[in-house]
Amino acid sequence: MQAVIQATIDFLKLYWAPLLCGVVIVAVLPLIVGYVVLVERKLMADMQARLGPMRVGPHGLLQPIADAVKLLIKEDIIPEDADKLVFWLAPVFSVGAALLAIGGLAFGPAFQIGVNLNIGLLFVVGISALGIFGIVLGGWASNSHYSLMGALRSAAQLVSYETAAGMALVSGLLLAGTLNIKSIVEAQGSAGVWFGFLAPVAFFTYLVASIAETNRAPFDLPEAESELVAGYMTEFSGFRWSLYFLAEYTNMIVVASVATTLFLGGWLRPFAGIHWFTLKGLNGLDLLDLFPPLLILAVAAYCILRVPRQPTRVQQMFMLVVAGLCFVVALVLAGPVLLPVVKPAMAEAVKPFYAGIHGGFWFIFKVSAYIYFFMWLRFTIPRYRFDQLMRLGWHFLIPLSIINVLLVGLSLIVGSYYHLQGWALLLATTPAAILGLVAALIILGIEQKNRVRQEAVTAAGFYAG
Amino acid sequence: MGPQHPSTHGVLRVVLKLDGERVTGSECVIGYLHRGVEKIAENRTYQQFAPYVDRMDYVAAVSNGLGYCEAIEKLMIVEAPPRARVIRTILTELQRIASHLLWLGTHALDIGALTPLFYCFREREEILKILEKYCGARLTTHAFRIGGLQYEAYDTFEKDVERFCKDFETRIVEYETLLTNNRIWIGRTKGIGILTKEDAIAFGVTGPVLRASGVKWDIRKAAPYAAYDQYKFEIPVGTTGDTYDRYLVRMEEMRQSRLICLQAIENIPAGPILAKVGKVLKPPPGEVYHAIEGPKGELGYYVVSDGSVQPYRVRIRPPSFINLQAFDRMVRGHLVADVVAIIGTIDIVLGEVDR
Repeated sequence: MQAVIQATIDFLKLYWAPLLCGVVIVAVLPLIVGYVVLVERKLMADMQARLGPMRVGPHGLLQPIADAVKLLIKEDIIPEDADKLVFWLAPVFSVGAALLAIGGLAFGPAFQIGVNLNIGLLFVVGISALGIFGIVLGGWASNSHYSLMGALRSAAQLVSYETAAGMALVSGLLLAGTLNIKSIVEAQGSAGVWFGFLAPVAFFTYLVASIAETNRAPFDLPEAESELVAGYMTEFSGFRWSLYFLAEYTNMIVVASVATTLFLGGWLRPFAGIHWFTLKGLNGLDLLDLFPPLLILAVAAYCILRVPRQPTRVQQMFMLVVAGLCFVVALVLAGPVLLPVVKPAMAEAVKPFYAGIHGGFWFIFKVSAYIYFFMWLRFTIPRYRFDQLMRLGWHFLIPLSIINVLLVGLSLIVGSYYHLQGWALLLATTPAAILGLVAALIILGIEQKNRVRQEAVTAAGFYAG
Repeated sequence: MGPQHPSTHGVLRVVLKLDGERVTGSECVIGYLHRGVEKIAENRTYQQFAPYVDRMDYVAAVSNGLGYCEAIEKLMIVEAPPRARVIRTILTELQRIASHLLWLGTHALDIGALTPLFYCFREREEILKILEKYCGARLTTHAFRIGGLQYEAYDTFEKDVERFCKDFETRIVEYETLLTNNRIWIGRTKGIGILTKEDAIAFGVTGPVLRASGVKWDIRKAAPYAAYDQYKFEIPVGTTGDTYDRYLVRMEEMRQSRLICLQAIENIPAGPILAKVGKVLKPPPGEVYHAIEGPKGELGYYVVSDGSVQPYRVRIRPPSFINLQAFDRMVRGHLVADVVAIIGTIDIVLGEVDR
């Protein structure tokens, strides 16, 4: 007994930090996901000329909490003929994989929840791909046609698009030369240019493939509500369903973070290498650094402006509290920028704070922009049919991404031959990107021709028969 | 599939024979919404039955009412006064736009485009407001009476219709930018559910489904009723008869309906709104068939009178029911996902199919 306690204490002493991180992930992420959902609903409402959730809290700000409570206290239904153990296990598996993947990411130079792995990117991609097991098992275990079809579609889709996404990542990794997440961002910092500009075709391929991987519209066939009711989630309800939901949105955050890290310069500020906006007189104050606090201040100002229009006193108070919080955040963001101006002596002491806080801001900003793009697509365009989705994956994205790996590799050889560095590398990669574009068009042309022929054959067969 | 499936538009049940995901045969099971409307007619007086027809195609109640009222008028050899006929035309065309808008929104939603639904409902709401101002009801309007109209048009009626038509021109462009040239939309609708000209005629389908197959047949032109002979409008026709063509035809029809409304409000004749009909309707013995061009196709009423206050028999030819018969031909050889698109493109209303 004594030994067991001692071993436990030793274990805790060694691993208290990762354990704490784990607790933080599990505790905080559902809340973040809840608010991502709220933002999505609000954006959707805005684009569709309506208001969205408005009842719980001012402008529906407390809606995610109400939703979570509702889901938690719902009756837990397990279909009679379901495989109970697998049914129980599947959503947990899905959400576990998604949360684990978050651990491998770095949100700022000094802010990483998990450990700084030297194979960081590989770990994140690999673990997040495991989540598909949860979906397939869940679909199989529910013993329903719709669920099974959704699960099979999901599996086929992931296999097809993971290949394209992987190839796109390889193109980026060729530029970075490392799998370590921090080193990838630092490589972009020292190159002075984000890899998204050096390998735009790879970025585009990853963008499309990542939408498909997270089962988002227009590739949301596994849960296409007009065909499969709710796909693999059909038989799940209440808490189990919310776990799947959590996994889906966490995966969205994961792919957005991977894209940000590899293609959009991670936590680096835009125009980090350019000093046009740096004021010499004010002790090196860069005007671009003022963007984050000003943005948050604008939000605070908007909240205050809206106060008189709130119907009840409670809501007015709530609005003021939100404004106050925004103000505090803006202060925190502005502090490291403005302090050196006032007290030049503090410049050195403030530097790590600046890097951490502003790095975090820019990372979240870029991830949000990426997710915003996902949502925008979802509201705008219709859904692919399953065979069209497969054709897009196998006939277009995979060949394109493979060709692009070759082109990026070639351009790097050319670049190193002429000793091109940083922005100058664009001289070598831009022709490669243009070639990639030409390749894309050629592939599309061939694909179109094939499809017309194939469809004519099928149609003739069916009408004759 | 169905009857409780999110995209079978009500309670249609479709039994599919599949080869993998490819459909090799299908059968529609209907009747979940059967209310015996035709039988009810035999136990009601002519006026009493009028509200019941609103409940068949409940998204186009005005058109149903028009067909019924005109059929009885024909039976009684009465004509509605000119003013009533023009107002009937305006309301029916507005209803056609509303019905097509509902079709467009749900059809797009079935194919996965979320946003058009809300845009369509925004405009449909305007039409429903006009109907509400006119007769107090939004859906099951019972707007007309046998022999003319029950209500005089309200004061700002013309202005409301005109404002709607003015706005609607840009609104259609909005829907079209979202869909018409969208690669995914074209991929999902072009070549899907082809119904050839010969098949379309053989199955007896009518309305936009027939016209998209390339047959220029519109009862508004072929046998004008209400005030349609006074107005200029085109009949849009398709070429291939696929889902995309049916989409284009309906979009163009909305434009034409808008033009008809604009022409009609320019000159609404003054005069009485109700022809001289007695309190108790006793049509002479005989039978009559009267058809109008409903939003979904030929909506026909066959009424037999035995000279009493109640019809001896009312037989209704619902366009949805007959158009649905072509479903099997359209769906063969396509994938399960296309089934949803094809159900949407026929534009059925189960209330009308089952009656």
